[in-house]
Amino acid sequence: MLKQAMKKIGFGLLLLLTAPLALAEFRWNFPEPVTPMALDTLHVHNKFMLIVAVIFVVVLAIMIYSLIKHRKSIGHQAVADKAPSTATEIFWTLIPFVILLVIDFVIMGIPAYHSVIMMEDTRNESDMVVKVTGSQWRWQYEYMGNTDKGSEDGLIDAKGIKFVSNLSTPQDQVNGTAPPVDTPDSPYLLDVDNRLVLPVGAKVRILMTSTDVLHNWWVPQFGSSRVAVPGFIRETWVQVDKAGTYRGQCKELCGKGHGYMPVVVDALPKEEYAAWVALKKNEINEQAAGADKEWTKDELMEQGKVVYEKNCAVCHQVTGAGLPPAFPALTGSKITTSPIFDANGKYLPDSHMDRVLNGVRVMPAWKAILNDSEIAAVITYERNALGNSVGDVIQPAQVKAARQ
Amino acid sequence: MSTTTVAHHDEYADHPNGIMRWLTTTNHKDIGTMYLTFSLIMFLVGGSMILGIRAELFQPGLQLMNPDFFNQLIGVHALIMIFAALMPAATGFANWMIPLQIGAPDMALPRLNNWGFWLLPPSAILLTLPFTLALFGIGDGALATGWTFYPPLSIQGGIGVDFAIFAVHLLGISSVLGSINIIVTLFNMRAPGMTLMKMPMFAWGWLITAFLLIATIPVLAGAVTMLLTDRHFGTHFFDAAGGGDPIMFQHLFWFFGHPEVYILLLPVWGFIPQILQTFSRKPMYGYKAQVYSLIAIGAMSIIVWAHHFFTAGMPVPALLYFMYSTMAISLPLAVLFFCWIKTMWRGSMSFETPMLFTVGWIILFGIGGLTGLVLADVAADAQYHNSYFVVAHFHYTLFAGGIMGIMAGVYYWLPKMTGHMYNEKLGQLHFWLTAISFNLTFIPQFFLGLAGMPRRIPDYALQFAEFNMISSISAFVLGLSQLIFVYNIISTARGGKKATDQVWEGAEGLEWTLSSPPPYHSFSEQPTVK
Ligand code: HEM
Ligand SMILES: [Cu+2]
Repeated sequence: MLKQAMKKIGFGLLLLLTAPLALAEFRWNFPEPVTPMALDTLHVHNKFMLIVAVIFVVVLAIMIYSLIKHRKSIGHQAVADKAPSTATEIFWTLIPFVILLVIDFVIMGIPAYHSVIMMEDTRNESDMVVKVTGSQWRWQYEYMGNTDKGSEDGLIDAKGIKFVSNLSTPQDQVNGTAPPVDTPDSPYLLDVDNRLVLPVGAKVRILMTSTDVLHNWWVPQFGSSRVAVPGFIRETWVQVDKAGTYRGQCKELCGKGHGYMPVVVDALPKEEYAAWVALKKNEINEQAAGADKEWTKDELMEQGKVVYEKNCAVCHQVTGAGLPPAFPALTGSKITTSPIFDANGKYLPDSHMDRVLNGVRVMPAWKAILNDSEIAAVITYERNALGNSVGDVIQPAQVKAARQ
Repeated sequence: MSTTTVAHHDEYADHPNGIMRWLTTTNHKDIGTMYLTFSLIMFLVGGSMILGIRAELFQPGLQLMNPDFFNQLIGVHALIMIFAALMPAATGFANWMIPLQIGAPDMALPRLNNWGFWLLPPSAILLTLPFTLALFGIGDGALATGWTFYPPLSIQGGIGVDFAIFAVHLLGISSVLGSINIIVTLFNMRAPGMTLMKMPMFAWGWLITAFLLIATIPVLAGAVTMLLTDRHFGTHFFDAAGGGDPIMFQHLFWFFGHPEVYILLLPVWGFIPQILQTFSRKPMYGYKAQVYSLIAIGAMSIIVWAHHFFTAGMPVPALLYFMYSTMAISLPLAVLFFCWIKTMWRGSMSFETPMLFTVGWIILFGIGGLTGLVLADVAADAQYHNSYFVVAHFHYTLFAGGIMGIMAGVYYWLPKMTGHMYNEKLGQLHFWLTAISFNLTFIPQFFLGLAGMPRRIPDYALQFAEFNMISSISAFVLGLSQLIFVYNIISTARGGKKATDQVWEGAEGLEWTLSSPPPYHSFSEQPTVK
């Protein structure tokens, strides 16, 4: 470990020396704002920073003047103080008080007031509503549909679309066993499998909640950040005025995966957005059809592997070995090898299916996150891979029945 | 022969020697020394933990530790620095200097004082033991929730959370005991003629601190106890499923937590003007204005707590109230700054180490205060909150404003306490290394925060790499520079040039009328103050 650290430091020093020459990505202020709120925040921030910088420099200058001119070593004598009268003292201490009073409550206070009002105005004039749910450690997005205004504006209604958004940086890079790879399309730690897609120019009211602990949905270029509280709904809004891809991260310590919970939003022009909605709705219909058909074991295993590695491997590991004692192994575990259904075909409490649907302690309930085919696939995969070979196959229809 | 025995008798006969002297002592100076020593040790422990963090953050990618251990280090670093390094240091000075400054023979409640100290080592053990237990496979390490214990994360956590809760209870009891002692001492044991408005500024700073502690520690104790019962006894204070609310915990926590930052700083605001007047050879300016400002700040600190979670969701009127009340604290603070600078103005200044630290402190704490003023803006705070910008801000207040202030105090009073002068050259070197590396550590963090790096993450996107590297390297320099400090203290305690009674040419106040070091029982004859 020490050797590794030494190597790291040596390498770092080298980088440090060459960094300014190579195009170092130093960034000195907020990233480019793309919503009215972020723009306002940037203005407020710049203005306030300027004010405090001026205060700082003026005070510092006075102090430094005094430090230089009133030194003992150049023979400056302390002024013989006859104690100042109370009146003078009050006068002189009132001066900084009044200056600050004006700065605080007029120069800074008034714009700050307007920013607050703007930021909290989530409902007026909004075109559509999206629900964002934080979970350890992924975001779920659900389109709740247009408002009347949105429909009048001719926005396609995305109601019913919902999906989960997971970090897509490969696990070996995350675990530090492979060096970080960064591409413009998929920056290290800042990319996900399913992005939230929003129409450019529409005011989107965002409802926020969580299934487990506190999370905070934050995209710096939007200027909005809001805590997701389990059991409560919080709200904020965004109106992205420029098409593009915007990235952020969870900003509330939410456990070991806190650093691995990026937010990625694609803002698309209205037509492209409409095309995306149509595509998504099509997918949903296909899946609904898929839920009714009989799947082969190979199909289930193939999809199950994908679902497993995306959702389950963070805790139970890719091999199924788990991280005991917090995260149990799936390989050879009682749950993954014992029967799921009783003689009448009813699923058993505390069975494999029950655990996946409803969760237990830190293990999340997946019934709201994954659809029937995904749950059927992942259970089949867990029972027939990861060193297990129970041999049975779960069909989406069985999951659907178990949900009731 | 007989004379030596008599002299010996006078000084030592009423207390044991050797190790028992320290275990059983009720003497304010012994207890003060123990507090200060404890604080120094914990400062180094908390510091090494954060160097582990900075090593991990040196470059992108996970290299040294897993994310869970990373979270444990952050939480324990903060708890140790706040409760075991900064607070005990201030209490150590209180024990040493308050009786000396007000002309009392000792603290009013010496046995309570002894208790107050001996609660600290067990709580330090409670904080650090979970790491060790985890090595033997017991539990899953220390609390991994940050020092703020926010539920529901803290309800998920392992045995480390329970340890931390008990540690906080002990630390809280210790602080309340200490506060009672200080209040009783200041109200009852001042030398004749010393009215409250003649009391040294340090005593004033501590008096307000003590009241704040008594007002807020019970709220913290209540909050973590509720957390404990939620964890183990089926209550649902902070669980929506049972009718509770996780955000209520944040209200309770910060009702203590915000005053706490002033608890850490008020004692420092007390002795900084004393150091300034000594090295400016001129009485402090605006004594009364400063006293009233301290009282105002203390009172206002209790009504601004919710600015720590603006983004957690609050009604607009609440947001506006907490924004404006937070901004209002800068008014009395501005008066303090003004008085400090006016004290130096047209003085006859010299720059021994305590003065260097004091001047550096004013500048750096100024940056902390001004960035705090900006943080109060609700809209901008949505960006700053929980980003590295906040980390930089509160280190300008806690490290520069707290720890560097304490260092000024150490250099100022060390000759009085030990009877020896410290090594001035090393002191100055320590100052410059600390000041420069401190800035190089935390200025990059302001920019990281603006660029969008959240705090409390073990790994980061590549766009943050350069600033993190600068920050890490500087943090190591900062950490290593503190070894100079430790060396200087130890060698001063061991011997060196004799200090005079007054020590500093411009020093005034009762503590400088005693010998250096002061006799075991400080004022056997009560001085009078005109
Ligand atoms: C002028 C005085 C100050 C003002 C106006 C101020 C304001 C604020 C505000 C508004 C926040 C919330 C930032 C956020 O949303 O994350 C904050 C955070 C913080 N402040 Fe201050 N502050 C001041 C002084 C101090 C001092 C003196 C200290 C410590 C000695 C301090 C320590 C902290 C800490 C530790 C946090 C981080 C809280 C957390 O998120 O865990 N502040 N401050
Ligand atoms: Cu999160």
